[in-house]
Amino acid sequence: MRRLLRSPKIVIGLCLSGVFGLLAIIGPLLAPYNPNTSVSTTVSVPQPPSAAHLLGTTQVQQDVLSQLLVGGRSTILVALVAGAAATALAVLFGVAAGYFGSWGDDGLSMLANIFLVLPALPLLIVIFGFLGKGANPNDVVIGVIIAITGWAFGARQLRAQTLSMRSRDFVDSARIIGEKSWRIMTFEILPNLIPVVATSFLFTVIYGVGTYTALSFLGVISTSHWSWGTMLYWAQSAQAAQQVHLEWWWFVPPGLAVGLFGTGLALLNFGIDEFVNPRLRGGTGSVSGRRARRAGLPRRAQLGLTPVLSGSIKKAS
Amino acid sequence: MITRRMAFYIATAIVAITINFFIPRLMPGNPALAVLGRVQANESPQAIAALEVQYGVQTKTGLWGQYVQYWSHLLHGNLGISLSAYPESVGSLIRAALPWTVGLVGIATVISFLLGTLLGVAAAWRRGTWLDGLLPTMAFFQAAPYFFVAILAVALFSTKLGWFPPNSGYDTTTLNPGLNWPFISSVLDHAALPAVTIVLASIAGWIIGMRNMMITTMDEDYVLLAQAKGLPSQRVISYAARNALLPSVAGFSLAIGFIVSGALLTEIVFSYPGVGYLLFSAIGSDDYPLLQGIFLIITLAVLLANLAADFVYAFLDPRTRQEA
Repeated sequence: MRRLLRSPKIVIGLCLSGVFGLLAIIGPLLAPYNPNTSVSTTVSVPQPPSAAHLLGTTQVQQDVLSQLLVGGRSTILVALVAGAAATALAVLFGVAAGYFGSWGDDGLSMLANIFLVLPALPLLIVIFGFLGKGANPNDVVIGVIIAITGWAFGARQLRAQTLSMRSRDFVDSARIIGEKSWRIMTFEILPNLIPVVATSFLFTVIYGVGTYTALSFLGVISTSHWSWGTMLYWAQSAQAAQQVHLEWWWFVPPGLAVGLFGTGLALLNFGIDEFVNPRLRGGTGSVSGRRARRAGLPRRAQLGLTPVLSGSIKKAS
Repeated sequence: MITRRMAFYIATAIVAITINFFIPRLMPGNPALAVLGRVQANESPQAIAALEVQYGVQTKTGLWGQYVQYWSHLLHGNLGISLSAYPESVGSLIRAALPWTVGLVGIATVISFLLGTLLGVAAAWRRGTWLDGLLPTMAFFQAAPYFFVAILAVALFSTKLGWFPPNSGYDTTTLNPGLNWPFISSVLDHAALPAVTIVLASIAGWIIGMRNMMITTMDEDYVLLAQAKGLPSQRVISYAARNALLPSVAGFSLAIGFIVSGALLTEIVFSYPGVGYLLFSAIGSDDYPLLQGIFLIITLAVLLANLAADFVYAFLDPRTRQEA
């Protein structure tokens, strides 16, 4: 665990996603105004940030900061639900397909491959289109529907890993002892797949944020249900980016929030990847560039040779 | 290998078409009826009759009969009648929009793939230099929605700096579409900023994928041997890159769906007259036949792009050809 925390990518990623997680919980309580209320009926132009409205106002004089804080909860909740549901599906299908093999594997892999190539967003638009723009959609339901289109990638990776583990000695011995299949899968195989499950979860949460934001930006989900995508929908329909007096305070905060939340999760993902496969780390071999320079190593590593530092030898002995 | 993939794509297309048939019929609370109720007020009787046939309302044909009928319509190229542009057919609306999207997305995707792969090779070769610092920046561009990048691009390059036109596919006020230079140059001028946006938003995936694969490949013995023989670095890089490229090409099928979806959203920001903008107006006007038609056409286009990627893969990797 401490080794994980030494990676700057993991630390920054944890901080970023932690801040947004906190925002989802307490954000709506901090909102200074009701996101629907027009604070003035006489002004019809978006107002730039001021002391009263830290992020300015929209065209109908709603407080942008309040919308951002209230919309954050819905956006992050949908993304987390989508990630959790999709990962559960991926574990179920991926591990089962890899472990049992034969026709069950063929069928499940085929299903996963079909879902991988089907363009998800247009499919979701059709589904949500027919569900109608209900006045107050349920975030959990939205997340689960998004998950239906997002499980296949994780399932494929988990299947490959399970496949490579199926005939290892410890699995064989568990089978010979007479453990039941579900027990072998959950207690022998699954614990070894945790890094893959974690990356697949983070990946689908990123997917969930992007997809939910896109769907609400398109207006397929009720445009009065506040999320970061809904804010961008209204900014776009008022052509905030095309106005001569660029109304940046309206469209930059929600987009930046989506991007930063996603970046935090992606950095965590990079960090886990590098933890599992140390060769991906920056710097020469497993040593950071600065440490290598200090140790007098050549600037660029020779191919195929991992430089050994005196420090690391001492630690090993 | 190619025939197997083709069979798979045909199966996928059948699944997509079947899903498209069942969504309006099997969702809770019979959405087809709800749709009819919503549009009844302002539609002509003919449009409603066409809708009733398409969604199997007030018909004595069973579900299977409707399914067969749906297929026969599709095979005749009949995607239904648009509600918002009645009596235009869905097919003709999509046909008008498709060239814009295929041109824009096709060119942008090819540029993004080539440039991203090259940068990925460079980032792997010069590991430990400032290029590593680009990774978090790229993570941001990968995580930020395409349309947000598009909004920023409009704000900066067209509203603020005035370098590019902010919307539409060509100068609609003075020009008529045709094969003449003013029209073509206007099209290129209008496509530049959307294309740059798509490249910017999609390139990170190629860079990161290629970098990681390249780093793994550079540890192979044959690369070491090539360097030990004293071959110039460019030759060594090209040896390693050729093999590291394979997973990128294979990953193309995963990426293309995302890129197309993102590009559709980009079109909306630029009011670009392609399929994405059509989709947006279909959502706004509850034009369900048009929505479903667009879903099918996009799916087919993505499957075709996948098939093309498979051909490239078979060309690059002799092992896949031997198998067949």
